[in-house]
Amino acid sequence: MLKNYFKIAIAVLQRRKFFTFISLFGISFTLTIIILVSAFISHVLSAGYPDVNRDRELYVSKMHIINKKNRSAYNGGPSFYFISHYVSALKTQEKLAMFSNNSSTNSYASTKKLVINLQYTNDVFWDVLQFNFIEGKPYNKQQLDNGEKVAVISEDTRTNYFGEDVQAVGKYIETDNVQYRVIGVVKSVPFTSNVYADMYAPYTVSKEDFHNTGLMGGYTGILLLRSSGDFDKMRLEFNEMVDKINTTAQNNDQVYTFANTFLESFTRSLPFGEETDSGMTIFLLIVTVIFLLFLLLPTLNLVNINISRIMERSSEIAVRKAFGASSQTLVYQFIVENLILTCIGGIIGVVLSYIILAITNSSNIIPNLALTINFKVLFTSLLACIVFGLLSGVYPAWRMSRMQVTTALKA
Amino acid sequence: MIRLEKIEKVYRTSTVETLALSSISLNIVKGEFLSIMGPSGCGKSTLLNIMGLLDAPTKGEIKIDEQTTGNLNDRQLANFRNKKLGFIFQSYHLINDLKVLDNVELPLLYRSASAGERKKLASEALEKVGLSNRVKHFPTQLSGGQKQRVAIARAIVGQPEIILADEPTGNLDSAMGNEIMDILLHLNKTDGATIVMVTHDENMARRTHRLVRLFDGSQVQ
Repeated sequence: MLKNYFKIAIAVLQRRKFFTFISLFGISFTLTIIILVSAFISHVLSAGYPDVNRDRELYVSKMHIINKKNRSAYNGGPSFYFISHYVSALKTQEKLAMFSNNSSTNSYASTKKLVINLQYTNDVFWDVLQFNFIEGKPYNKQQLDNGEKVAVISEDTRTNYFGEDVQAVGKYIETDNVQYRVIGVVKSVPFTSNVYADMYAPYTVSKEDFHNTGLMGGYTGILLLRSSGDFDKMRLEFNEMVDKINTTAQNNDQVYTFANTFLESFTRSLPFGEETDSGMTIFLLIVTVIFLLFLLLPTLNLVNINISRIMERSSEIAVRKAFGASSQTLVYQFIVENLILTCIGGIIGVVLSYIILAITNSSNIIPNLALTINFKVLFTSLLACIVFGLLSGVYPAWRMSRMQVTTALKA
Repeated sequence: MIRLEKIEKVYRTSTVETLALSSISLNIVKGEFLSIMGPSGCGKSTLLNIMGLLDAPTKGEIKIDEQTTGNLNDRQLANFRNKKLGFIFQSYHLINDLKVLDNVELPLLYRSASAGERKKLASEALEKVGLSNRVKHFPTQLSGGQKQRVAIARAIVGQPEIILADEPTGNLDSAMGNEIMDILLHLNKTDGATIVMVTHDENMARRTHRLVRLFDGSQVQ
């Protein structure tokens, strides 16, 4: 029977080619967008080069300070002092990586002006993040303590500054009038990464005043834990530390900062993230609603097209009923036909997505972006395809099943 | 075989009530070939549809093979039609997207028959109507007479006991109409099929066992 339905489905598709095109375009376009957006979100939020340990990391990246007296509020990141003095003293983490926000610096290579994004880090940064060293190695604790002007640069920076396929280790790179000796070259990091930079240097060579004991600044800490099972313990210890700061503070400032997973720290940076709520629930709710709305529009379009197609097939439906098809059987047939249509649209959508992703990746629109369609994204998309097929088939199928045979035979 | 008792059919809209059939009682025995005649709008097709369980009467009872059909649900009715009834329509109502063989197999899709079995039975039905050489054609490639023969094959493929034909020769010329009538008579004589045929053609009606005339929804003969 399924073979019969398949034959009918293909024949119906060939009958009115324009409507078929509209239906398939709607399905495949919607799915392509869903796949591409899912791939991008997955790329941004999932573990990826070089931050591959996200499943056992917590991030200290946001801070709010509210003055209890005059209710003034400050939003930003934690300072170097906060991370190196308070966070590093905690016991639960295995390691603590620290890195600054990117600074845009100016550099000149021959006659070319380059903007180099420079990030200052500690030595443990290289243990927590898994960079791929093409040349050389990272700076160590001794070089950090000695304040040596050394740097690790990205592969792209090497190409832009020194030229194609030139060995850079041992050479000097100058930016913002400071010369650094290159000791390592790493595979370039995607622009979307939280540790994206063109060049990394020890924090001891930055011009920041490290005697400043303010809690707010431009640093991020990554707490690497032994396993995700330590999350609660880490959070408890971290929160106790923050509570202690608040209770012993001499001024009226109330500090809000948290050790969050990457997703939580991402949603906290969005407008609906609050002092005490990461906003993850609202974020997921908004994403779900947008996803459903996006799915709903072509579904409604397909429902309309399907209803008009059903009316064209009233004679066939009447004959099937006359010869023994129950209403339930006909609903099943129609839904199967619709699923075949949406699966064809889905396959086209997946193929289109691969093509667009390949073009996007090779065009380097977003530097070093390597989007992939992973299994989760593909599975979600195919599931969306099936849901789409069911949703857009159920109502027309129900309408069809209620058709009076005698009226349809006269049509 | 078919017993109709005081069948009444009223069509109601928001403004008008139309009495299509008025207290029709009819008894059709097994193996009978019955014609129903009457002017346009007298209720012939309505009566046939009610016999075929495609429409429900407003009043009255239908019994087919001693089975009362009034209390059957949608699924049971569909099953009953599949097993006991075969239909032939004036406009053939073949599915143009399916080949001849697939059209004839249609009733068997709603039984638990394997693909091989369906193909065998459909081929045998087509042989009976003399169309074995057209199995891979589409309905649009056939003449009117050939289409009606495919429709007959479809009606008999499941070996139903009752065949209901609504003006089977209405869209055909006299030569083709006679051919179709010969096939129906043959089915009635050799296979013992009970046939109820609605027709406008007196000549065709005379070739059947019995004639029932309707006028304005009532039986007059």
